[in-house]
Amino acid sequence: MREITLPISDETVRSLGVGEAVALSGVMITGRDAVHKWIVETFIKKTRPPQGDDLEVYEAIKPLLNGGVIYHCGPVVAGLDTGEYRFVAAGPTTSIREEPYQADVMRHFNAKGVIGKGGMGAKTLQGCQEVPFVYFHAIGGAASLIAQSVRRVVAVHKLEFGVPEAIWVIEVERFPVVVTMDAHGNSLHEKVEETSKANLEALLAA
Amino acid sequence: MNDLTEAILELIRRTSTDLPEDVEARLRAALEQEEEGSAARGALETILKNVELARENSTPICQDTGTPLFYVRYPEGMSTRALRRQIIAAVQEATRRTYLRPNAVDAITGRNSGDNTGDEHYPTIHFEEVDADQPLVIELMLKGGGCENVGAQYKLPDSRLGAGRDLEGVRKVALDAVYKAQGKGCAPGVLGIAIGGDRGSSYLASKEALLRRLDDPNPNPDLDALEKRLTEEANQLGIGPMGFGGKTTVLGTKVKGLHRLPASYFVSVSYMCWAYRRRRMTVRGDEVLYE
Repeated sequence: MREITLPISDETVRSLGVGEAVALSGVMITGRDAVHKWIVETFIKKTRPPQGDDLEVYEAIKPLLNGGVIYHCGPVVAGLDTGEYRFVAAGPTTSIREEPYQADVMRHFNAKGVIGKGGMGAKTLQGCQEVPFVYFHAIGGAASLIAQSVRRVVAVHKLEFGVPEAIWVIEVERFPVVVTMDAHGNSLHEKVEETSKANLEALLAA
Repeated sequence: MNDLTEAILELIRRTSTDLPEDVEARLRAALEQEEEGSAARGALETILKNVELARENSTPICQDTGTPLFYVRYPEGMSTRALRRQIIAAVQEATRRTYLRPNAVDAITGRNSGDNTGDEHYPTIHFEEVDADQPLVIELMLKGGGCENVGAQYKLPDSRLGAGRDLEGVRKVALDAVYKAQGKGCAPGVLGIAIGGDRGSSYLASKEALLRRLDDPNPNPDLDALEKRLTEEANQLGIGPMGFGGKTTVLGTKVKGLHRLPASYFVSVSYMCWAYRRRRMTVRGDEVLYE
């Protein structure tokens, strides 16, 4: 398994291919539905003015995302009452819901990797080549196991979005993932969809 | 009646952290089917490692601890209001102890209630009265959002798929649902299928079908044959664990028939992820039995 430490360079991104198993280490952030919508509306399309601590949070995540990774994850977190946070269960959530936003978010921050599950669509794959970045697939549901590679919760932002939707800044060690969309236009998901479509048609005709 | 809050809390803990043995057995059998060194086999190895770890450490198998769906059969004379209060108290405590993730979000304001309580449908509790000499039985299913999102409802006939109003038509739309889900519902999944009903009762029954054990044959021979055929054919689609490609897309299929209006022929498919979390507790006097 290939070891990669964050931040990731463009050269490393381009050297990754579909099917490659990777162990990621370093500091990354979680972000899912509420976070992607908030980033796009407030800082990219600017259809809503920044409110509350929006600008502070933006400045805090900017350096982390430059060369960094965004993890589609809504964790189970212990220590909510004491503030001594610890990830108890932290598998990936389904990524396709971020399809309208993902490529724009990655371009805006110069981010180099998305971790999620289920893969993403054509707009994201196009972004993978242009920005460039790659899509890392984690094993859906393997939440207790993945939580063990989270060494430390560094900070949390936007907790008002709720525990699953907040921005958790986490330090991970050897987080196991597989590249399923690379920066050269290859997508395992596209391939499996094509094959399974042909198989479905054969079964429907039978 | 005794206060059952503690006993229900234990039901929630077991459901969230300890995968039923029939599901684990199917996952182990599936692993043997996948090629050495393949991404599909790697995914199943990770899944099984996670199942063991969650059980050992009493931590959630999956961070999406889902919608808590309670099915309660209570003996005549027992108060359902008292049972509802105890279930809700247990759910709140389970959230504090991180057996459950705070999952209830107000659809209008977007605010998470923080303790898995919400309107009268959250958590979801179905009550059914049984004879006074029968035990209290509470079944719990935790169904995550990823797999709930890939569920589908069809109305037959469906000309796009060439599906008519018969079991052959049911077969076609069910395969289409599995194809559309790809790996997004955390394959390998389990299919709960209801044929008939109205839109609401049909979806409800498709989830009830999932309460059966995986190795429990359907008493109706036609439906039993359909269940076996659908599992076999879904596995020929090549979607595989996590959608990585491979031989295991579906671990099992459960079908239930309902009465329908002459005008309607619904087929509802509830897709359950591999983390098929369901447990049952039976209460007889002071004795509580968990399965």
